[in-house]
Amino acid sequence: MAFSNEQLERYSRHMILKEVGVKGQKRLLESKVLIIGAGGLGAPAALYLAAAGVGVIGIADADDVDLSNLQRQVIHTTPDVGKAKVRSAEESMKAINPEITVHTYRTYVLANNIGQLIAEYDFIIDGTDNFPAKFLINDACVLGKKPFSHAGIIRFQGQLMTYLPGQGPCYRCVFSSPPPPDAVPTCRQAGVIGAMGGVIGSLQAMEAVKYIIGQGELLCGSLLTYDALNMEFRKIKLPRRDSCAVCGSQPTIIAPFDYEQAACEVKG
Amino acid sequence: MNITVTGSTKEYPQGLTVAQLIQLEKVATPEYVTVSINDEFILSATFAEKTLNEGDHVEFMYFMGGGR
Ligand SMILES: [Zn+2]
Repeated sequence: MAFSNEQLERYSRHMILKEVGVKGQKRLLESKVLIIGAGGLGAPAALYLAAAGVGVIGIADADDVDLSNLQRQVIHTTPDVGKAKVRSAEESMKAINPEITVHTYRTYVLANNIGQLIAEYDFIIDGTDNFPAKFLINDACVLGKKPFSHAGIIRFQGQLMTYLPGQGPCYRCVFSSPPPPDAVPTCRQAGVIGAMGGVIGSLQAMEAVKYIIGQGELLCGSLLTYDALNMEFRKIKLPRRDSCAVCGSQPTIIAPFDYEQAACEVKG
Repeated sequence: MNITVTGSTKEYPQGLTVAQLIQLEKVATPEYVTVSINDEFILSATFAEKTLNEGDHVEFMYFMGGGR
C-alpha cells in the first residue's frame, strides 16, 4: 500500500516518530479496534483512534445522547441530544478522518452477541459503565484470545489495565466476581469529573496504538491508577491468580455469561 | 514494624492482620477490596488471620465501575 500525498501530510507527526514510521502507520491503517460504550471513556478513545487512522473502528452502544452526557462525552455535541450515540460518534469520527471505516452496533453487548462482535477486531476497548459488562468483556476476551483495555472511572479517580492473551493477568484475576448490585457506587450515583474520561480514555487509546504498532510496554500485569485530587499516578503490579475462574489453571468459566444488572443502572 | 502501604512506608503495630490494616487505613469498601502483599493476591477469606511482616509491601485495589 502506497501512501497518498494527503495521507503523508495527515499522518506526518506519526511517521516522523521512529517508533511509528511508515510501517507503524501502515499497521494502524490496517488495524481494527472495537470500542464498547460511546461515553466518557469511549469518546476520547474513539476520537484519538479515528485521528490516528485506525482503519476500522467498531463502536457499540444502545443508548441515545442525553444532555447529562455532554459534561464529559466529548464525541457528542448539543445538537446530537436525542440521536443514537453510535450515530453521533460515527459522525464525529468521520468528520475528523473521512478515510476510516466505522461500524456501528446500536445494541447492548451481552453474552449472546459479544463473541461474534469481538471476533473481527484486533483490540477491544472497554468503555462501559457497569460491572456486568466489564466482567462479560473480560471473559469473552480471555476466551476469545483478544487483547483488551479495561478501565473504570469514578469521582476524581480512574484506573486501567491491559490484558494480553496468554500473558498477563485478567480483570477477573484482580476482582474474582462483581460486587452485588448497588454495593459499590456508580458514576450516576457518585458523579465523575468530566476530564477523567479524557485522561483514562486517552490512555486506553494509547494502549491500543502501542499494541498495534508493537512498541513500548503495555499495562499487562499492571494496574495504573490515577487520583486527580492528589495528582498522583501509581502503577500497581498485578500477579496472575492461578485460581482465576476464567484464565487460571482450572477454569470454570468456559463461555461468556451475563450477570444481573444493578437496578438503578438497567437503563444506561 | 515498617510496612509500605499503597506506596508510603509507615510504622504499624507488630502482628497486625490484613483485616486490621484495612480498618486502620479506612478502606472505603472493605468487603470488596482486593489486597496484594509483595505482589501476591491475598484471599479475602484469610484477611482476618493473615498477619503482616516487617518490610511488607501492601496494595489495595478498588472496584471502579464507571466509564460512560
Ligand atoms: Zn484471570
